[in-house]
Amino acid sequence: MSEFTYGGEYRDMPDPDTCTDKEWAAYVHYRNGAPGLKKEWWYHGPSGTWFIAERDTMTDKISRTYIAGQEEAK
Amino acid sequence: MTGRIAKKRGEWINRDKPLTFEYEGQVVNGYEGDTISSALWAAGIRVLGRSFKYHRARGLLSFANHDVNALMTDGEDTNIRADVWPVSQGMALSAVNTDGGVVKDRNKYIDKLSPFLPVGFYYKTFYKPKSLFPFWEDKIRKAAGLGKVNFNYPRILKPKRYAHCDVLIVGAGASGLSAAVAAAKQGLNVILVDENKQAGGSLTYDFAGDQTTADTLNNLLDEVTSNANIRLITGAYAGGYYTDHLVPIVGVDGITKVRAKTVIVASGVFEQPPVFRYNDLPGVMLGSATQRLINRYAVKPFQKGVVVTANDHGYRTALDMAAVGIEVVAVIDMRRDGAKRDLAEKVTEKGIAVHKGSCIYEVVPASNKMAVKEVVVCHYNEDTAEADPRSAVRLSCDGVAMSAGWAPAAALLYQAGTKMRFDYDVQQFVPDQLPEGVFAAGKVNGVFDLKARLLDGQRAAVEASNYLGNASELITVTNPEMASPSHPYPIVNHPKGKNFVDFDEDIQVKDFINAAKEGFDNIELMKRFTTVGMGPSQGKHSNMNAIRILARIRQLPVEKIGTTTARPFFHPTPIGHLGGRSFHPHRYTAMHQWHVDNGGVMMEAGVWMRPAYYVPAGSHLSASDAVQEEAMAVRQSVGMIDGSTLGKIEVFGQDAAAFLERFYTGKFAGQKVGGSRIAMLLDEAGVMVDDGVAVRMAEDKFYVSTNSSNAATVYREMQRNIQLWGMQVTLVNLTGAMAAMTVAGPASRSVVETLIDIDVSAQGLPDGAYKEGQVAGIDARVMRVSFVSDLAFEIHVPYKAGMHVWQALMAAGKQVGIRAFGTDAQRLLRLEMGHHLVSHDTDGLTNPFEAHSESLVAMDKDFFIGQRSLKIIEKKPLNKKLVTFVLDNGFTGELPKECNLVIENGDIKGRVTSISHSNYLNRIIGFAFVSPEQSKSGSRFQVRTDSGAMVPATVTQAPFFHLLESKGA
Repeated sequence: MSEFTYGGEYRDMPDPDTCTDKEWAAYVHYRNGAPGLKKEWWYHGPSGTWFIAERDTMTDKISRTYIAGQEEAK
Repeated sequence: MTGRIAKKRGEWINRDKPLTFEYEGQVVNGYEGDTISSALWAAGIRVLGRSFKYHRARGLLSFANHDVNALMTDGEDTNIRADVWPVSQGMALSAVNTDGGVVKDRNKYIDKLSPFLPVGFYYKTFYKPKSLFPFWEDKIRKAAGLGKVNFNYPRILKPKRYAHCDVLIVGAGASGLSAAVAAAKQGLNVILVDENKQAGGSLTYDFAGDQTTADTLNNLLDEVTSNANIRLITGAYAGGYYTDHLVPIVGVDGITKVRAKTVIVASGVFEQPPVFRYNDLPGVMLGSATQRLINRYAVKPFQKGVVVTANDHGYRTALDMAAVGIEVVAVIDMRRDGAKRDLAEKVTEKGIAVHKGSCIYEVVPASNKMAVKEVVVCHYNEDTAEADPRSAVRLSCDGVAMSAGWAPAAALLYQAGTKMRFDYDVQQFVPDQLPEGVFAAGKVNGVFDLKARLLDGQRAAVEASNYLGNASELITVTNPEMASPSHPYPIVNHPKGKNFVDFDEDIQVKDFINAAKEGFDNIELMKRFTTVGMGPSQGKHSNMNAIRILARIRQLPVEKIGTTTARPFFHPTPIGHLGGRSFHPHRYTAMHQWHVDNGGVMMEAGVWMRPAYYVPAGSHLSASDAVQEEAMAVRQSVGMIDGSTLGKIEVFGQDAAAFLERFYTGKFAGQKVGGSRIAMLLDEAGVMVDDGVAVRMAEDKFYVSTNSSNAATVYREMQRNIQLWGMQVTLVNLTGAMAAMTVAGPASRSVVETLIDIDVSAQGLPDGAYKEGQVAGIDARVMRVSFVSDLAFEIHVPYKAGMHVWQALMAAGKQVGIRAFGTDAQRLLRLEMGHHLVSHDTDGLTNPFEAHSESLVAMDKDFFIGQRSLKIIEKKPLNKKLVTFVLDNGFTGELPKECNLVIENGDIKGRVTSISHSNYLNRIIGFAFVSPEQSKSGSRFQVRTDSGAMVPATVTQAPFFHLLESKGA
């Protein structure tokens, strides 16, 4: 499995210019650990590709993968 | 060989190959194909081991590959499983867990103490008084565990193999074989694995006196072995189930990792013992154990036996025994109504008495307590689990076969996440909801009738095939009407106990009652308090009875009690099978061989090997002297270090500068071509992650270095952010493609000048400047840097030319005494210069404000990673600061170490992050985190050493070279 590297949960960054300190701190530090469907960053080492995997952390089932920002193209 | 019977069809021993071996000093005869247990039993040896806790004599129990009371050592290996391991000529064995031999075992007195050793005894007894605990701990540790570890064990590398298949079938009994044939017919690629030496499962022993099933087996085996789609592996077990159908198959010489598209578990059932007083004496064994002895190994389990049964299987066992001339005194059936008529008649026709509604109240041991003398048979009340001692009848015999029911060998199913339900028709947990791609067939699925099992295997094969995309017609299996194969409560209470439930751990019925009284009445708690199922067989013969007993104590249905999951490995697995091959690939720099040839002491630095320091041949330098000499050469003349391990990334494209501005803390848009800037990377929380140098090679092209240890991660993060930000940037990772070396010290320019074709004078190449030219005839990237010395040149050349350039520089510097220096000297040199190392002097919480790096942070930029967090941090008071410090001149006490704490008035204020003696300065200098109030130059603070001594230190300016001047003053 070392072919792929986990890159953490995908989270939409709030606008740093308009968000409150509290909102920013929540974005940086809080993670939702409850199992369920997550959007995750994954890295494929041999091809050097980052992609998003939608994975249910309860069942370890991956329902969708796509390059970030290109999910509509799929 | 008293116990060996006439040659039988299908027997597993080879009578043409007799052999001898030793057991406890006694010479024993056996045949090739015998297990240790079968050969010993054939020789009339009954005591195969001593039990774990009470050191009771034990013989065969299950003879189903999990008899953990019969563990042997040959002096080299320990805990050899006697019921599995084949005998070989000349082996010399003795039982483990004895003191002075298995028969005389000096520890057998513990059995007499057993009334005083209830469950939880150790937990409750030895923790007070605390002062005595170390004494007891020592005694208990010596008594605990089985076998002795052999610390001189040779290192044997085991092959690691991989295999792939469409269907992995676990268990080559009737259903597994049938599933394999059916799956192969569907065109699927099949691996069929069985832990026994031969395939066939119960078809190889459960004959009920006639061997008609042997034909069924032969036909199936012919089909399996002649089918190229089926790979049959015997003598190896499926060790566990891991995600995505990964199943390690554990064989004698190592593990094969099988990645299967589907898995069919046809692993069968474990026979479960009925529970009565002295059911553990040598000579008392499970019914299927007697059948395996007789039909696989041609060994008589005993001469004159009784069968105690709570299902129909006991009758089949009796018929198998009678067929080889064993005198069967009686079949004692715990069930009120006994067996179905035709089966009972077959038994009575053999002259065997059948006692319905009866039980063995207790077994009477022979005078040596190591054999059966007779059994006490009483009427049995199935509802209360009580025997009626008034009805006692004594039957003389030398052995007892026990059949009471079965438990599914469902470890893999549980591990895969199967939801099980309790099926009252068969009194067994059976799969209810199976995970995707996992199927169950045969007895483990609650199907016992032979025809139904064969069909159930085909059904599972079709379902597996359809799961893989085929569309075959599904098969429905109906269980024919039959008596339950398992009894709901095959327990006989006895006021004196010694009615064993768990033979691994010597747990009796009363132990469960006591555990429940103590409040441990949940199955998981009870397991841990009593240790039921925690022995090496992991509850294979005990968990089901434990669940039944607990259900009765709590007056709950069995399914409400639940089960525990046996974890991998399925059987005890030699640790050497799991050991790795020490395969740690290292990267060598282009100059690696030079380092080795010149006394470089090579250390792992991430994936690279780097010289820590050099001890040239013929010199007898200590490590610290070597480091100090190398550093001194740099200060006084010139030194050179191999810096090839630096991360080296080219960043180019129209957005290159804009990208670096967002990625790093500094400004790059206005950077001049040919100039370099520090590139500091933060994470989103504003914590310092990396620092390197960014050189602008062209308007749209930068050459960025990273710390050696961060090369891969920084490159990855760059890739991610380019994608996320949608920028026009291309990266080329040159880390491995370029060799790099730094020539440092006052004489460095004179050395470089002799080989370079460009102007590297103070004006031609000022500090921080970058130029391309040729060094020793090789295209090179040259940079003035000042990490280890005010004057230093970093030279990057293609990997293949690295050695050539390095050697040329070494030759050019010979006259001025150039020395190669390693990473240890580099650490000292940068410390003297006052440069911290990110993630050595900083930690996972350090922000730039705490590490004097404000000047590298352009807070007025639109955005960079970590900026928003720094805006929050900026508003708060700092709670620590990284400072450079010096110990008092002439300090000779205990040297503080990295991580020693800075303490003031008993409070922790910080810690030392780097500390070293510098021969050049003749002082001890370092980095430390201190409180902001202590951080001004000249402030004093105290460091507590390992021994507790307080060492004063003074905050001072860096670089430290001013110390030299003040020394003179």
